[in-house]
Amino acid sequence: MTAEEIYKNESYLVRRKIKNRVMLSLCYLAAILAVVPLIYIFFYTTAQGFSALNVDFFTKLPAPVGEEGGGMANAIVGTLLLVSIGSAVGIPVGVLAGIYVSEYSNSILSNIVKFVTDVLSGVPSIIIGIFAYGVIVIPMGNFSAYAGGFALGILMIPTITRTTEEMLKLVPHTLREASLALGVSRWKTTIRVVLKTASAGIITGILLAIARAAGETAPLLFTAFGNRFWSDSLDQPIASLPVQIFTYAISPYKDWHEQAWAGAFVLIFVVFIVNLLVRLVTRNKFRPN
Amino acid sequence: MTEVQENTINEEVIEIGQKELSKNAIITNNLTVSFSGRPAIKNINCKIKRGTVTAIIGPSGCGKSTFLRALNYMHELTPKSEVTGEIIILGKDIRQYEMTDLRKKVGMVFQKANPFPTMSIYDNVISGLIFNKRYKRNYLDEKVQKCLEQAGLWSEVKNRLNDSAMSLSGGQQQRLCIARTIAVNPEIILMDEPTSALDPMSTLKVEELIYNLKSNYTIVIVTHNMQQAARVSDNTAFFFLGDLIEYSKTQKVFTNPDEKLTEEYVTGKFG
Repeated sequence: MTAEEIYKNESYLVRRKIKNRVMLSLCYLAAILAVVPLIYIFFYTTAQGFSALNVDFFTKLPAPVGEEGGGMANAIVGTLLLVSIGSAVGIPVGVLAGIYVSEYSNSILSNIVKFVTDVLSGVPSIIIGIFAYGVIVIPMGNFSAYAGGFALGILMIPTITRTTEEMLKLVPHTLREASLALGVSRWKTTIRVVLKTASAGIITGILLAIARAAGETAPLLFTAFGNRFWSDSLDQPIASLPVQIFTYAISPYKDWHEQAWAGAFVLIFVVFIVNLLVRLVTRNKFRPN
Repeated sequence: MTEVQENTINEEVIEIGQKELSKNAIITNNLTVSFSGRPAIKNINCKIKRGTVTAIIGPSGCGKSTFLRALNYMHELTPKSEVTGEIIILGKDIRQYEMTDLRKKVGMVFQKANPFPTMSIYDNVISGLIFNKRYKRNYLDEKVQKCLEQAGLWSEVKNRLNDSAMSLSGGQQQRLCIARTIAVNPEIILMDEPTSALDPMSTLKVEELIYNLKSNYTIVIVTHNMQQAARVSDNTAFFFLGDLIEYSKTQKVFTNPDEKLTEEYVTGKFG
């Protein structure tokens, strides 16, 4: 049968069109299914939490049981501090490991690193909390912001390492050669050309890791522990939004429930703001392609 | 011959003779490059005079690019590659150079124009300088203008130096890459099929540029385009299956070659 005959044959065309419709609608359905939970969570959290939001919520400490009002100021600051400590641990280690795996991928060690980060990304976060408990809390003798931040940092490493590696691998080899051929050393080439070209993607990976760390509860339960007051220093237990939300949500008091919703709303909002700020600050003048 | 191999590098250099060294920009002795144990070029001996344009021609896979890339040690990045024999660049064995110094002396222009996509036209020209050191602004301004003028690109881009390098056309990008290469003051420029991705007008411009650069630089150009080799080069080397078959004056290679194989290739019987 020649091509012309096939086209003339109506049934082929109809069958092809139906197949196309079916597959396309499946794609639409999947796309909607992917977006609906996010939108639903966002609106539900806003609806539940917004009413409990007021100035007190951002400026005051939690009120004692039975008293009305109070806020989560210490938990908001605590989460920012914990995520900062986590970033200080996770970003350098993650990015440098990603560079190693991508740029020096011939060595056996880099294959080991790749395998181990994959395994690490599958380790439940509570196990990482136990690890931080064993490594930092027990030797120090008490719960602390350092221990919580450390646990979050470990959680961030695999995400950052893998995205850094993937993004660096997308940088065309010819750019590396162009830089080397100008008499630029390999490490300067890596920093000034390869990292810079891949920066947008790497930052996306870092933001994902930060967002995930900001929302983690389990690894903080026995590292940062939680605190109903301001922490004097980073080697003391510290409050955090997820733990505070958890504590309030399982309590029997109605106004605590409302505050937990408000906390959830603030947590989403903080992650959103951090995303926006980092994007603005690291914006590249020229987008590649 | 075994005695020669046992000698140190320095003694071999002396053996070649001081006069030869100063006359030639590039000398290779028994240069062999292998990938995973299989030689891509075998025992290449050639001398490339200073201030000349040398074209390297031959069918695909004959080792033209391999030879070119050996001259500024680009094989370093290729896993399982091995370079044996001797390469003497500007009178000094390649192994005696600091790698970054060697590549500043021996610039390279690639087949596909590869400006840095996150940088402006201005920054691209001086990238080789600013990646290594800090310079005064007016020195850089002058440098950018001079290099772009030399690359024949100044009049086209002088009003948009801060635009992205990716906003240029393919031919302009390739000339930008040439400007970037000459900004680090090389003495030798290696070109790996610099016009194979360009339209005829852009090709013409790059060829004119090569002609103009000849007085200041030694140029080695790999090309698939036989007419181009005939137009721009003084000498031509014909590679076939990893061997250097013939190497002499361009006119002789194209009109009256010594080897039957060369004649068949340049007249289009194969390749």
